[in-house]
Amino acid sequence: MHELAVTRSILDIALSHAQKASAKRITSINLVIGKLASVVDESVQFYWDILSNGTIAKGAKLNFTRIPAEMRCFDCGNVFNPGDSTFACPVCQSVRVQVTKGDELRIDSIDVE
Amino acid sequence: MTQRIPIVENILSANDQMAQKNLEIFDHAGVFAINIMASPGAGKTTFIIKTLEALQRRLRMGVIEGDLATSIDAEKAAAAGLPAVQINTGGECHLDAVMIARAIPSLPLTELDLVIVENVGNLVCPANFKIGTHINILIASTPEGDDKPYKYPGMYRGIQALIINKIDLLPYVSFDMDYFRRGVEVLNPGVVTFPLSAKTGEGMDAWADWLVNIVKSRKPAEA
Repeated sequence: MHELAVTRSILDIALSHAQKASAKRITSINLVIGKLASVVDESVQFYWDILSNGTIAKGAKLNFTRIPAEMRCFDCGNVFNPGDSTFACPVCQSVRVQVTKGDELRIDSIDVE
Repeated sequence: MTQRIPIVENILSANDQMAQKNLEIFDHAGVFAINIMASPGAGKTTFIIKTLEALQRRLRMGVIEGDLATSIDAEKAAAAGLPAVQINTGGECHLDAVMIARAIPSLPLTELDLVIVENVGNLVCPANFKIGTHINILIASTPEGDDKPYKYPGMYRGIQALIINKIDLLPYVSFDMDYFRRGVEVLNPGVVTFPLSAKTGEGMDAWADWLVNIVKSRKPAEA
């Protein structure tokens, strides 16, 4: 449900950058969202259709680049995508691992006309 | 003609900036602020009440109450003589920095050492929203199960202390402490952890002493 607040922020950021560029219309918004950020694409799209109505971002396409969680093993150096119920390294079974990707929650760019 | 405008901005940067302002207000007043998060039913309310009781002679405390559903409500804290403010979240699933900014003026900050914020009971949403406290604390509880770090990794990433509540129930529930702690260690290496039971009081002293120390060490000596 925090997707409502997330979507509102996406719209604010996009509109402010579009305004600075004197754009007439925003055609797409390019988002990068990591698995660990726990944001549901469909929910963002749902709120987007409502919130963007009446703005120059109405109808803009939301492009989601999904980043899977990625971890690196301290013991053997293996880089892997963890499963749902364990973070252990699939090669050496070590649990001395570190999160390297998956926290992302950002707007990379917008396309405007 | 279509033109691409690079942005590369954290989606919640406006909230982050407001959180930073809140932190500056707390710092300016010399007050230490903590954000307490947990799932519904983890024992947040009992834990906070017991913490207030344990520290009432050692620290001057105030409460920002964000959880309408469970709540020590603000009235109860006020009845104990503590300044308290209730945030009406309007059913939101998390507190954000703006809500805290609105609540702050209701507390006599300069007369306090510690502000405890009780966040909305939820293991997903509050993790993304900084509110401007000095530390974030998560209360896990043994009946919830030992897989929570694996299911809700975001929540375990951004905390500075972890409470494992209801350890008095360990004999009765299926909770593998080693499995749980291995997950936590990956997500948040070295995070300080307090296994305790707010109900029986076991382990509460270690937590209370740690909190008093961190509050006093941060606070400049009063003139």
